[in-house]
Amino acid sequence: MQWEIVIGLEVHAQLSTQSKIFSGASTAYGAPPNTQACVIDLALPGVLPVLNKGAVERAIKFGLSVGAKINSPSIFARKNYFYPDLPKGYQISQFELPVVQGGNIQIQADGEEKNIRLTRAHLEEDAGKSLHEDFHGMSGIDLNRAGTPLLEIVSEPDIRSSAEAVVYAKTLHALVRWIGICDGNMQEGSFRCDANVSVRPHGTEKLGTRCEIKNLNSFRFLEKAIDYEARRQIEILEDGGTIRQETRLYDASKDETRTMRTKEDANDYRYFPDPDLLPLEISANWIDQVQSALPELPQARRDRYMSEFALSAYDTSVLTSSRETADYFESTIKQLPAQAKLCANWIMGEISGQLNKEGLEITACPITPSQLATLLERISDGTISGKAAKTVFESMWNGELEKNVDAIIAAKGLKQISDDSAIEKLVEQVLTANEQQVADYRNGKEKAFNSLVGQIMKATQGKANPAQVNTILKKKLEG
Amino acid sequence: MFNASLKQLSIQLAEKKISSTELTTEFLQRIKQFNPEYNAFITVNEEISLAQAKVADKMLATGQAGPLTGIPIAQKDIFCARGWLTTCGSKMLSNFVSPYDAGVIERFNQAGAINIGKTNMDEFAMGSSNETSYFGIVKNPWDIAAVPGGSSGGAACAVAARLAPAATGTDTGGSIRQPAALCGISGIKPTYGLVSRYGMIAFASSLDQGGPMAKSAEDLALLLNVMIGFDPRDSTSLQRDAEDCAQDLQKPLAGLRIGLPKEYFAEGMSQDVASAIEKALVEYRRLGAQTIEVSLPNAPLSIPVYYVLAPAEASSNLSRFDGVRYGYRAPAYSDLADMYRKTRTQGFGAEVKRRILIGTYVLSHGYYDAYYIKAQKLRRLIAQDFTEAYKRCDIIMGPTTPTVAFNLGEKSGDPIQMYLSDIYTSAANLTGMPAMSIPIGFGDKNRPIGLHIMGNYFKEAQMLNIAHQYQLVTDWHLKSPV
Amino acid sequence: MTLSVSDVKRIADLAYIEINDNEAKETLNQLSGIFDLIGTMQAVDTSTVEPMSHAQSVVQRLREDEVTEADQHGLYQSIAPQVEANLYLVPQVIE
Repeated sequence: MQWEIVIGLEVHAQLSTQSKIFSGASTAYGAPPNTQACVIDLALPGVLPVLNKGAVERAIKFGLSVGAKINSPSIFARKNYFYPDLPKGYQISQFELPVVQGGNIQIQADGEEKNIRLTRAHLEEDAGKSLHEDFHGMSGIDLNRAGTPLLEIVSEPDIRSSAEAVVYAKTLHALVRWIGICDGNMQEGSFRCDANVSVRPHGTEKLGTRCEIKNLNSFRFLEKAIDYEARRQIEILEDGGTIRQETRLYDASKDETRTMRTKEDANDYRYFPDPDLLPLEISANWIDQVQSALPELPQARRDRYMSEFALSAYDTSVLTSSRETADYFESTIKQLPAQAKLCANWIMGEISGQLNKEGLEITACPITPSQLATLLERISDGTISGKAAKTVFESMWNGELEKNVDAIIAAKGLKQISDDSAIEKLVEQVLTANEQQVADYRNGKEKAFNSLVGQIMKATQGKANPAQVNTILKKKLEG
Repeated sequence: MFNASLKQLSIQLAEKKISSTELTTEFLQRIKQFNPEYNAFITVNEEISLAQAKVADKMLATGQAGPLTGIPIAQKDIFCARGWLTTCGSKMLSNFVSPYDAGVIERFNQAGAINIGKTNMDEFAMGSSNETSYFGIVKNPWDIAAVPGGSSGGAACAVAARLAPAATGTDTGGSIRQPAALCGISGIKPTYGLVSRYGMIAFASSLDQGGPMAKSAEDLALLLNVMIGFDPRDSTSLQRDAEDCAQDLQKPLAGLRIGLPKEYFAEGMSQDVASAIEKALVEYRRLGAQTIEVSLPNAPLSIPVYYVLAPAEASSNLSRFDGVRYGYRAPAYSDLADMYRKTRTQGFGAEVKRRILIGTYVLSHGYYDAYYIKAQKLRRLIAQDFTEAYKRCDIIMGPTTPTVAFNLGEKSGDPIQMYLSDIYTSAANLTGMPAMSIPIGFGDKNRPIGLHIMGNYFKEAQMLNIAHQYQLVTDWHLKSPV
Repeated sequence: MTLSVSDVKRIADLAYIEINDNEAKETLNQLSGIFDLIGTMQAVDTSTVEPMSHAQSVVQRLREDEVTEADQHGLYQSIAPQVEANLYLVPQVIE
């Protein structure tokens, strides 16, 4: 039987506020344990939550950037359960009336545009951390993270493969960074995915029983966990079994998912509106302000790059993978408007390759857009060859000669020979010295031509403008 | 001295006839002498109180004093006070020394008042007799066989027995007004949102409100002026222009329309209470007021509604007591879940556990709509009843409690009978409207009776005026069991 | 609405309160009486009434996004049952 995999993702994005969602404690990552847990985060008796405007503003930003409805009022609710990293014994979250309702994310899957619908996005507080190092049979609790604002972004089950899930997650990851609401640092847990996975026979409508996989902290784990889980479910069904609805944990070391809790022992969370917090109203005026401060969104830029610069869908999606990359591209192209494709190729090729190799973000790129544009200008005006440009690029990357393109070209003698008469003279010399190959060519051996070009390039140490060499050589041989 | 009003004390302090240190010492002395019998205080800390008195004396000497500077106030042990054991009447917090001050405590500190001690209370404010306190029962100073009421029973006892000139209380279903009535003192629960709940250990967040307990309405006004005020740390705290609660005290009552809800005069009220209320109303008519019958058709449902909403909120509010970060932790357990269970089972008393169970149930899957949502809808109907009534009258009066103080142990085995002690008081918590109780005489066994004065939102000054005018022509508020 | 002993045990479990069979039966008796009282609510038709969560119809006030709290873990942990290396210790958490 052919099976269809149905996936919905729940993404927890930590919002990049200075202070926590309900307290004035810092959210900075990496502080010594419990030094950023104030009386509110510790749930001391008598303390009360007050909502952080910055967290709400980020949620509005997100809602507007996915075309969602901003609910006003929206309501905060308590999700009641006991866990040592949850100091109040309840998490303040949103249940009915989340701040963001609906919305859409466009993804590029297999070269095609696909729309993933969002169910909702709601504000909630993060929990602390249980450290499992052994303190004489006990665990340690660090509440620094408790109360960090989260936006939980829930998709509809519109995703059909692990690869699509990864693209969706990456698109969402790029978006939250793009609009500046989340730093997206997955190692630090700023962007975490849970996947709801089910399978159904191809062509059928009814959704299969789903399992929720928790703890997917990288795109690779997301992909592998979904693959494993779909395989597991298909195997069970093909053996005539049934899927049990449960929460599963992905164990990266074994590349498998295992049961965390079944539906039967799932908690009864007893959601109810938090009486300590009042309805959150978001004025049209505030929404307008946030809207007008929103940057041009990735989708809009992608469309613009396609129409304005005639770039391919693939190129534009790579260039808009982050706002920083897109901004880098735009700064470069400003200096070189007619060479969009050349700029795109270099940013996606040399620049991104070198950044990857050194593990740098584009914001830390040693070559500025203007320096890159100068280099590319020298290619397009024929001063240097594309090959020589790579040598110049390397020198610039290494900081030679203050990254001055022209100085490096001069110092390395990379300037192309583009003078027709000089090239003619060279061609003639080579033709005289290689009578046999000239004869071969004239007898129809096309290969001899390339060999002659090679000789000419060798004689100029590669500096002759190859296009000119081709034209002149052809003229001489046929003339 | 210990019978003096706050105003008299304030004048004596200002005129240097007495120092705050002397005054504080005197009350500490009284507490030392009488508390073993009444058990009104859980914690007394002479060192801190006297240090505060010293500071107050300096303020008085340098002309920085306000009306309450130097005056000892007993604080209900539900208010977190930095450096003070703050137990909320529970074993769960029997070792909890608060690292921070409640908003109310801060305001009293800024006013230069002295914290004379932390008063006994029903555990987590759940009770109407002060018998659920982990720290033992409190006696009613009028009759030590009687309960003082609750949950602010220690506070009511302390004021009635003159162990403190005034006290703070909190009121979730009647916890200021009911003990005030049973101990023959005055107490007011202000409009929800006027007094900061920050640092006031939560019982039912949407109903809890702090307020003062004192001998007279005039004293209450002075205390309210300190207690009321916006606190940015409490999302439900209201931002309003400051109002002097004493501004209307002297206004005559001519033309005042007193609404008497027929539902409150129907049945359940004992004869002694009924006749005391009638006498008080005669006094009010003499003062120029007229009485009219009003109807609050849904008010009789206040108790069932209250016993859904308050336990629901409480069950969640009390989840933080898990033995991890502060407070009691069971000495022996097998694993994490067992540590939670043992800690909570040993740390909470029977009534608290009962309410946690009720609350957990009404919020649980499948019951939420039938109980919680239903109760919230009735809450609105009850509030609408009052709003309607206030179109026809200025104030509503009735009994604070159906009977005088009952005997210790009389109702402790019967939760429903206990819950019904709040039959007249809990509506004001559901609506959020202000309500107060003043002493109007004595009933069976010579135990005090309270008049319940209920007003519309923000009518505190008017209510205090109404109470004060009565107290100008009567002396029930001056009676003392000591 | 009738409550059963298993309901009592289930809610006690949710609330992390220990209750043995005898206690459960006793609690059931008390709770049944209380729920009879609560049940009187059902007599009123509330189908057109909006639930009331708060006494005042005011909206949530927002805090500026500023760090206002300093590290006081020493003070806060001085009242903790068990602390080591800045951490609150609990019996082993098993995930």
